Amino acid sequence: MTDTAALAEPRPPRRRYRTYGVGRPAWSTLVVVVAVVVATPVLAVVVDGLGSLGSTTPPRDLIPMILTTLALMLGVGAGALVVGGGLAWLVTAYRFPLRDLLVWLLVLPLAVPAYVLGFVFLSVFDVAGPVQSLLRTVFGTDVWVPEVRSLPAAILVMTLSLYPYVYLMARSALIEQSSGTYDAARTLGSTRGQALRRVVLPLARPSLAAGLALVMMETLTDFATVQYFNVQTVSVGVYLVWKGTFDFHAATQLAVLVLLFAVAVLAAERALRGRARYHQQGGRRQGFSPERLRGAPAWAATAACVAALSAGFLIPVGQLLIWAFGQIAADAGFLADPRFVEYLANSLLVAMITAVACVAVSLGVGHAIRMGGGRVVSFAAQLTTFGYAVPGAVIGIGVLLSFATLDTALERAGVPGGTGLIVTGSVVGILYAYVIRFLAPAYQSVGASLEKITPAITSSALSLGAGPHRILRRVHLPLARPGVAVALMLVVIDAVKELPIVLLLRPFGFTTASVWVYELARENFWEKASLPALVIVAAAIIPVFVLVRQTRRREVHGTTSGKEGQ
Amino acid sequence: MHPRPLTKTLVGLTALTSILTGCSAIGGNSADLQIYSARHYDLEGAFGQFTEETGITVEFISGDDAELLERLKAEGDDTPADVFMTVDAGNLWNGARQGELAAIDSPALDEAVPEDLRDAEGRWYGLALRARTVTYNPDAVDPAEFDATDTYAGLADPKWKDRLCMRDATSAYTQSLVASLIDLHGRDRALEIVKGWVANDVDILSNDILLLEAIDAGTCDVGINNHYYLARTLEENPDLNVDLFWASQEGAGTHVNISGAGVVEGSDNAEDAQKLIEWLATDGQNAFVDANHEFPVNPAVEPEPVIAAFGEFTRMPLNAEAYGTLNADAVDLLAEAGYK
Repeated sequence: MTDTAALAEPRPPRRRYRTYGVGRPAWSTLVVVVAVVVATPVLAVVVDGLGSLGSTTPPRDLIPMILTTLALMLGVGAGALVVGGGLAWLVTAYRFPLRDLLVWLLVLPLAVPAYVLGFVFLSVFDVAGPVQSLLRTVFGTDVWVPEVRSLPAAILVMTLSLYPYVYLMARSALIEQSSGTYDAARTLGSTRGQALRRVVLPLARPSLAAGLALVMMETLTDFATVQYFNVQTVSVGVYLVWKGTFDFHAATQLAVLVLLFAVAVLAAERALRGRARYHQQGGRRQGFSPERLRGAPAWAATAACVAALSAGFLIPVGQLLIWAFGQIAADAGFLADPRFVEYLANSLLVAMITAVACVAVSLGVGHAIRMGGGRVVSFAAQLTTFGYAVPGAVIGIGVLLSFATLDTALERAGVPGGTGLIVTGSVVGILYAYVIRFLAPAYQSVGASLEKITPAITSSALSLGAGPHRILRRVHLPLARPGVAVALMLVVIDAVKELPIVLLLRPFGFTTASVWVYELARENFWEKASLPALVIVAAAIIPVFVLVRQTRRREVHGTTSGKEGQ
Repeated sequence: MHPRPLTKTLVGLTALTSILTGCSAIGGNSADLQIYSARHYDLEGAFGQFTEETGITVEFISGDDAELLERLKAEGDDTPADVFMTVDAGNLWNGARQGELAAIDSPALDEAVPEDLRDAEGRWYGLALRARTVTYNPDAVDPAEFDATDTYAGLADPKWKDRLCMRDATSAYTQSLVASLIDLHGRDRALEIVKGWVANDVDILSNDILLLEAIDAGTCDVGINNHYYLARTLEENPDLNVDLFWASQEGAGTHVNISGAGVVEGSDNAEDAQKLIEWLATDGQNAFVDANHEFPVNPAVEPEPVIAAFGEFTRMPLNAEAYGTLNADAVDLLAEAGYK
């Protein structure tokens, strides 16, 4: 039994398995129910947008907005793929100085929200920043500098902040990949490059595509960062129309357009994966045996990693620290502010509940698909991921709209008080909206891991008499653990950074670190915003640490668990 | 039956959620007045003083005007909010138009707030005044260069080529300024003015502080700013090389906007809500506006020293309905003129 046999696995049997597989009604129903619950607010927005179509004129610069959106998404996508994929390969296939440390440090830029990176970037490179000031002192006031507030700069900043999605997905794919495949290619005479191109990359393709889809959807829905750079995407258009014309319905029409972009991204992801479904026999292996680099190439590898890390994390966090120390020097009492602890706790608590919920749902959905169920289930599963492509405030409004309708319906049906203030009177609304928004990263990551398990394993377990619950617990969950870990971390980080939803739906007395940053940043108190911004970074680093410990353990025990799997 | 970790997790989750829900529900009813505010600058100070003087407790959540309004609409009769507070006249007008603000009858407010800064039906009242005027680098500009009759339109003159910095088109400040230009001159003339700015290669920046820094650094000579950003920056850096010019003093006056509030329709404590707004417009004016260097709307109240030093000025009368109805036109006009 070899892995290359897995690669050559003929399609028909798999297809037969997929389509007629027994299909467990309970599990299939679960997926459909989840899809309906998750899709309702998004659909509410679509209905609202389409319902008022024709009553408002589209914004004048719609076409440039669409083109800008395309350019930004392609730019950031390509950037993240090269940086994230490249770094993942570097740290997995080679050993070089500081590699063990860099492996996980490279995830850290994820902890810095793009909107924070954006304002730090501008404060350093913009007209009044130190760089241009220095240039002016040296070369005079007429010195030419490239436009800082521009599309290329936005692409650069967003790439630096989002590449870790691809990095994480690629890395988990490479770790899960059996080294046998790669070794076989090498034994059969491939060079390292050929083996990478013909074996490793195709095998990693589903994960790369998943990471890329996340990056593109984040780029699509970003609204704060792009505005710093004066880049008008369709998402910016949603806000521009909403706030500029006082007409929410006109804004929802544009939100539907954003959704179309999301559909395109997901379709592209499918196309990128092609019809290929790669499964590997025997579960997790020890991964690659990394080759030790020496001399100049080794230091070049270190330098490449350090460069990405500095630009995406060390420099911006350094700048935040400098501002923060300035603040503390001016007013040390600021530091004793009890709000730090309270807001941090709020952020983390909501984020963790969201993460567990998202991962549980993703596992359930992914598992149901493997249990069979056909097109309806696959479609429903796909539907659950759309929330990620809808700007946060629009989801928030969708939740409000859905509950307002439900409230009216309940009151008509004679339930006194209807739903009451469940959405904005408690954190329920926030959690609901968060799950809608962040199911995609969880599902992408868990799903990518589940897909690598060969159907033969599932069917063996089934034929040995295990029920779906047992298979989930004893087979799918353990094998998908790397994906689950990544999913938990991604959702926690995303949720800690999230702003528009919590801003819109929070109950009285509930504030998170991101809201605090917003309140200060909105009034342009950048220096004062530095401390709460650091709180967000700190909160996002915690899950990174947890994940790293997981990954390390897996690498250490890789050999044994690999054998267990066989 | 084997234990199911997944089920356990979900049960735990539900339990945790209900704890959280319970906590925040209790927290939700702890004050006499609940406020939805798009303004958050130092509200704690003003509200704290109000509570001290009246014994009425206040809590607020901050957010964006348009989003808070949608939230009010969705919550309907269940809304906990008693007061809706915005940072511009257009949103107040829109809140009233959408039926979310209740009309109140208050002789005290009618006396304290000038007529153009409040709704004729008493659904909202301006509380703080912010002027959007011209700022410049005194080393590069002689204030005599400005058109004193119509300073905003004057910046379309070719002599300002490569010398201008302004805010982006997404900014509400830019939009309401252009809306007031449309109101004043008609759409065609306003379009001509904005096209003139664009033809002068105006440098577009994403916030007012950056504008001031750019003028100070000499990368542009002239900008259009809200006055309180200059006051705030001057307070931090008295050596800032930026001066203020009151626009259009020999013409229609300087463009202003208001931050204001109204009582929410369906408030369960409209009486106290009205008391708060009355207090903010009278005894509480200084507590409300000074920390953010805004001008009091109440003519009987003195502005704080930093902005008083900018000198007295004539303001353009505020037409909230125009700000509300013409804002969409302003967005469209900015796009047509190629102003990003």
